[in-house]
Amino acid sequence: MKPIATARPRSLVVEVSNLPIRLWCADPKFARSIEERYSGFLSSSSDVIGEFTIELTMPGVKCRHEDVRVTWDTNEWLIERADFQARWNPSTARGRIQQGASIYSLDSVLRIVNTLVLARKGGFLLHASSAIRNGYAFLFTGVSGAGKTTIVRFAPPDASVLSDDISCAIYRRGCFNAIGTPFHSERGLPGENLGAPIKTLYLLAKGPKNKIEAIKDTAAVRGLLENILFFVSDPELVKLVFDAACEFVSRVPVRRLTFVPGTLVWADLLV
Amino acid sequence: MKNNLYVARSPSVSARRMGDEIVVMSAPNSTLFTLNEVASLIWEAADGVTPVDQIVADKICSSFDVEPQVALLDAKAVVRNLATHGVLTVSDRPILGASKLPENSAAQAGGFRERS
Repeated sequence: MKPIATARPRSLVVEVSNLPIRLWCADPKFARSIEERYSGFLSSSSDVIGEFTIELTMPGVKCRHEDVRVTWDTNEWLIERADFQARWNPSTARGRIQQGASIYSLDSVLRIVNTLVLARKGGFLLHASSAIRNGYAFLFTGVSGAGKTTIVRFAPPDASVLSDDISCAIYRRGCFNAIGTPFHSERGLPGENLGAPIKTLYLLAKGPKNKIEAIKDTAAVRGLLENILFFVSDPELVKLVFDAACEFVSRVPVRRLTFVPGTLVWADLLV
Repeated sequence: MKNNLYVARSPSVSARRMGDEIVVMSAPNSTLFTLNEVASLIWEAADGVTPVDQIVADKICSSFDVEPQVALLDAKAVVRNLATHGVLTVSDRPILGASKLPENSAAQAGGFRERS
């Protein structure tokens, strides 16, 4: 496949979940797209956890899988979807991404690599919006339509939104912390690249009135695991994610939050 | 001759006790199971060498007000159900080399370490 550009590659470091990854991109226009998309998450760190070379291919890598597929191929992860193919060698911490000129293809690769690396660090990416208020992070998880974007949209002015769609949770310094991500919903904005200890995780439901209910730990684990982004069936990594989810529930209060879309939920319940 | 049934935890699952219940995840297909109080006792006792009727007598009948025969029938149903999902292995002979119950499976707090 013929590359679009052959100029000298430019290096950009994107840091998601406190994991700096260097991206080499020879296409100036796409490099600018990376700068714009990850503007709050660019880093000057030279201590990266790995690097990728991005090859823009014409007209785009043809893969027969419409859904993302992640497999272990000899000594590296092969990450494929109809619009990209990426390879990531965890031993050398190097990889290659072949994709069309869509920033969303790169977004998907970065999410998946993030989940693979986080799993070994006691963390995970969660389908959750999140915000920091009064020094603590609140996470709101649920399927599409559950109200993740809505609830952070109505966050009070003194709250910092970490994401309206995908949040990072990681065990650091004796507790689970939330970290903002650049991954956002179609109608949302990137979160802030901040972190704070997690005060509560809420499983979202919309209802006629605002209320918070306690749930059993086993239901909390189930609710959490249903919303963790994970793409591989590797038994060791699955076990690590399961352990992290169980540990999360043992350390962080998990509640069911039924809410009426509006500002009152923050004033009424989330202090 | 007595027809014993032996059960062993599958090595391909992860489990964690949370209060009276245990959550079990099957790694190959990421399927999650929640074991109730009785199933949790059976799970923890499923060492491959203790017959199911002894598990029922020692762990279930001693903890619950239930007729032994009823408890045994229920326990066998639970065991066979979990076996169909690959969570437990069932045999009419002792299952040697069955996976050991992790020391910290009952309460893993503190077993989780920060990783660099």
